[in-house]
Amino acid sequence: MPHRTIRARRLALAPAGVLSLALVATACGGSGGGTSAAPKDFTYLSVTENTTTRTALTTLSTSACKAENDALPLKVETIPQAQLDQKLQLLAGQDALPGMFAAGNAPALTKQLAKGGKVADIELELERLGVLDQLEPAAVSTIKALYGGKLMALPYEYNIEGIFYNKKLFQEDGIAVPGTWDELLAAADKLNAKGIQPFSASGAQGWPLTRLISGYLYRSLGPDALDLVDAGTARLTDPEYVKAAEEVAALGKKGYFGKGVGSIDYDTAMNQFLTGKSGMFYMGSWALANIADPKQNKIGTENVGFMPFPAVKGGKGSIDQYPSNIGLAVAFGSKTFDDKTGAWVGCIAENFGSTALKDHGTITGFKVNTPVKDSSEVAGTVRKTISGSKQNVLWFEALFSTKATTLSNTSAPGLVNGSVSPQKFMETVQAALGSQ
Amino acid sequence: MHRVLGDRRAILILLGPALLVYTLIMLVPMVWSLGYSFTKGNSIEGFTGSGLDNFTRLLDDPAVHEALWFTLKYAVIVTAGQVVAGYLLALLYVFFLKKASALVRTLVFFPVILPTVAVGLLFQKLFQVAPQPGPVNSLLNAIGLESIDFFGNAGSAFWVLIIMDIWRSMGFYAVLLFAGLMDIPDEVLESARLDGASGPRLIRHIVLPLSLPVLLSSLIFSVNGTLKVFDSVVALTNGGPGTGTTPLTLYMFQSSFTYSEYGYGSTIALLLTVVCLLVSLAVYRVSRRDNTES
Repeated sequence: MPHRTIRARRLALAPAGVLSLALVATACGGSGGGTSAAPKDFTYLSVTENTTTRTALTTLSTSACKAENDALPLKVETIPQAQLDQKLQLLAGQDALPGMFAAGNAPALTKQLAKGGKVADIELELERLGVLDQLEPAAVSTIKALYGGKLMALPYEYNIEGIFYNKKLFQEDGIAVPGTWDELLAAADKLNAKGIQPFSASGAQGWPLTRLISGYLYRSLGPDALDLVDAGTARLTDPEYVKAAEEVAALGKKGYFGKGVGSIDYDTAMNQFLTGKSGMFYMGSWALANIADPKQNKIGTENVGFMPFPAVKGGKGSIDQYPSNIGLAVAFGSKTFDDKTGAWVGCIAENFGSTALKDHGTITGFKVNTPVKDSSEVAGTVRKTISGSKQNVLWFEALFSTKATTLSNTSAPGLVNGSVSPQKFMETVQAALGSQ
Repeated sequence: MHRVLGDRRAILILLGPALLVYTLIMLVPMVWSLGYSFTKGNSIEGFTGSGLDNFTRLLDDPAVHEALWFTLKYAVIVTAGQVVAGYLLALLYVFFLKKASALVRTLVFFPVILPTVAVGLLFQKLFQVAPQPGPVNSLLNAIGLESIDFFGNAGSAFWVLIIMDIWRSMGFYAVLLFAGLMDIPDEVLESARLDGASGPRLIRHIVLPLSLPVLLSSLIFSVNGTLKVFDSVVALTNGGPGTGTTPLTLYMFQSSFTYSEYGYGSTIALLLTVVCLLVSLAVYRVSRRDNTES
């Protein structure tokens, strides 16, 4: 056989070999999770920071939801919260979202996933399962306000936010519970004069500071203050909006958040309040678990009070409009939602509320079907407030894009330490809102 | 040898595999990324063509201007700091410590092998003001000065970052330049000394010109590394406060992976590539000219 022919055959074999290798590689690559095959387990992708939900679900898997767990075993996977959005985008791009997952740090991402048909219509599923009534109406309304009128997530937490205060310090200094912003400033002045840091807040997280801005906005401009920004009929750079940032910046200028607020992380801020080093702490009702823990709470549960964000003189808002949220929302993948997943969801809807409250002191958006005694007086106050609240509001970044949320949180320490002016802060966030 | 290298098939066999790997892992992603620059969207919503929108946005985006300015400022200062500190250390090793320099070389080189995250945390603690003042603030307090919130202000955070990165990498440049200084023949130094050159004069007229090639290589290394700074910024300040210490690399990462704007992120990556290319070309041209002169 001539050389040329042999070489030609060899050359012809080369692409065939490459093709075979590619086929083998494709076969080894598996399905990539993108198929709609029935799931083998009930995978829950959670964040490392949140231990309550996964612990309560694990408890349910061995008790009330044992049958559902036997049919479809619960499998918990965790990643740091900072990497959650990236992971969800990656999984969604591969059509490989797990059965249940922490739904992104900003509602915008979940809305995007839903638009792509990757999130299960949980309202429809709950209705089909006959357990829609197991969700508290207030929680449903909060979820719908966040997700453009749709029920896209389950309320494994239901929180209201307000100001926790140290009753003992208030009594010692003769401070009455402030009902207005001016009274709050006067209370802070008194505490500061006594050498007590008036507020503790985590500047490292940023949001505990921006919550004060939204609190002021809701009280001064009314409960639709941030809806108007979302709709584009108002801008954060409007003078009445900048005024809220100025008020919060003024607290920082007076040193009311202590030194280096930008370096204070969440745990340190909590610790400052629970060890009596600060008089007030703006936080959500999830802090009740820390308040109930005697290892963390050195001032005693009896010395912790809870008050709503105060009214602003002449403002359109009311102090009984509490900011509310469902913590880190949890959504369901549409591809993997089968009957067994449905059975799990039904069981969760009926039992999660009682288990989370009994074992962790966490208030959820599910009905509590087994009566549970409140862990402390302040926990009772918060629960009563939740059940009695008629109109709730959201928080500063609730309707913002991911970019605006990030910039708002990272720029907040600069606002209170004076390196960023209130006008500049609002301009930065408004520009980010407009760019996406 | 000439026969082998003159044969086109031999060249193809010798270069082919390396060229294929290089094309697959370097050129294809680069071209792919360039393609993304003309799109908008993300992996969830899909990608659609957007023409030159990302490029016009890049020109108008104040965040890009701020990040580019930060990157250039950082690259110039850290490059100068790394190379100057490294050169001074190398001179110390060669002319003062001589054979006893091994221990000092090892100690100064040590930060190079430390993980960036560990160094970032170390410097956070060193310069922190809260919850407890770090050693630097304690020192300021001890001499009667007020504590400084180094990370609360973009200006001071920038300088902490500069100090950290110079400290972290000067050991590497010291070793690199030390090797260059060792190449200077002893006879040349000896004859210069006999001619009366010593101390600064010896360094200025003999050592510096003879070590210029290795100095310029260090400059190219350093400027390319510093223009692409990412890990040390993330570990120390994460670009904050606000966007005060955000370089182009971090803005590119955030745009792509946090804000899901892959097209815009790719456009920022292209800008960074162009900047690196221009700076490298400029340094390369200078180095060629100086080599000829020296």
